[in-house]
Amino acid sequence: MCIAVPAEIIKINKNMAEIESLGVRKEIDITLVPDAGLGDFVIVHAGFAIQIIDKKEAASIQGYWKEYLDGK
Amino acid sequence: MENNIKRIVESLNDKKPERSINIMEVCGTHTMTISRYGLRQIIPDTINLISGPGCPVCVTPAADIDRILEIIDKYEVSLFTFGDMLKVPGTRSSLYDKRSEGKDINICYSPAEALDFAKNNRDRQVIFLAIGFETTIPLTSVIIKRAYKEKTNNFYIYNTHKLIPEALEVLLGDKHIKIDAFLCPGHVSAVIGSRPYNFIVQNYGIPCVISGFEPHDILESISMIIDQFKKGKAEVEIQYRIVVKEEGNPEALKSIYEVFERSDSLWRGLGNISGSGLELKEDFSKFDAKIHFPVKEIKSVEPAGCECGDVLKGIKKPFECRLFSKVCRPDNPVGPCMVSSEGSCAAYYKYERLKA
Repeated sequence: MCIAVPAEIIKINKNMAEIESLGVRKEIDITLVPDAGLGDFVIVHAGFAIQIIDKKEAASIQGYWKEYLDGK
Repeated sequence: MENNIKRIVESLNDKKPERSINIMEVCGTHTMTISRYGLRQIIPDTINLISGPGCPVCVTPAADIDRILEIIDKYEVSLFTFGDMLKVPGTRSSLYDKRSEGKDINICYSPAEALDFAKNNRDRQVIFLAIGFETTIPLTSVIIKRAYKEKTNNFYIYNTHKLIPEALEVLLGDKHIKIDAFLCPGHVSAVIGSRPYNFIVQNYGIPCVISGFEPHDILESISMIIDQFKKGKAEVEIQYRIVVKEEGNPEALKSIYEVFERSDSLWRGLGNISGSGLELKEDFSKFDAKIHFPVKEIKSVEPAGCECGDVLKGIKKPFECRLFSKVCRPDNPVGPCMVSSEGSCAAYYKYERLKA
């Protein structure tokens, strides 16, 4: 299952990071995105960040997800 | 977003292809989006969307299920895997049946959970049933490297990982399947990038567009494909640009090939495909459950009457299978395409069986 909701890195501890997406926080592994830093947005697959994405694009995607979830 | 979708659908109607065009998606999440949002029903009728082998659970052959069931019967192990694998029928039973018999079979969200369990339970022999395409393979490679570094000696993987581009080549070589374009998977491509699809446009002249997962992403990708047809070109294009780079994720690719090397792999429906699988390199072979837990070969049989093979190749749509919705349903699945939440039969059953 591919979940394409971007998550923001809010805390880093070695290869692990705490991420936040639409109010949900989770701990993930960032080994596969060595350039990721605090405040970066990532795409997460099965507990691992697999790609860093542009902050503006991430904000726009989160925007329409919020719109979708609020509209329900 | 609603306006965006209306705009793309209107433009698709304006440039409706005169002849029928078959576009194959090769990603279970794309299949779900197409069915769930009724995209097949809102696009021009000359654009035919067909599902390919994009669901990892569905392409895992009964032989692998049977072998893992044998291991569980013969050895005292704790098995971890992703949820959908439990219900996939082997020749005689499923992991779900074994769990009901009291075997230690666990569902995990991340492969890292299996390794953590092994580290915290040194008296247990722990197997991660590794399944998935290029999106998931780097994750397995990370935990193998971690287990190696930490000298974890009670952790193994049963590897069924498969590579997508090799399967696409087999489909293109099959005369029974007519594919005019591929809607390429988003997160597989986040890892491998766009270049591995170049041979498809160069050797077969088939347009490829790497798509995101939302309805407007898929519609836009379809529109990009139709534009290629109108211009008489075939290119690899990336619609899902915010995530997919041409070069993919080099760190993830490096990690895969540190741990694995290419091998052949057996796909349900597609048969044995040369170079479409991976096996652990010799340095890491001590983590190979197939070596550490030998079992006798059993004669595996795919479920009688099940046409998952033809469904996975796009030769048949799910409702063209004789068992679909009569005998084979999500509450009583016969084949894996109905088992997996991302299987095309499950998607058609849930969202499209009344529209057929």
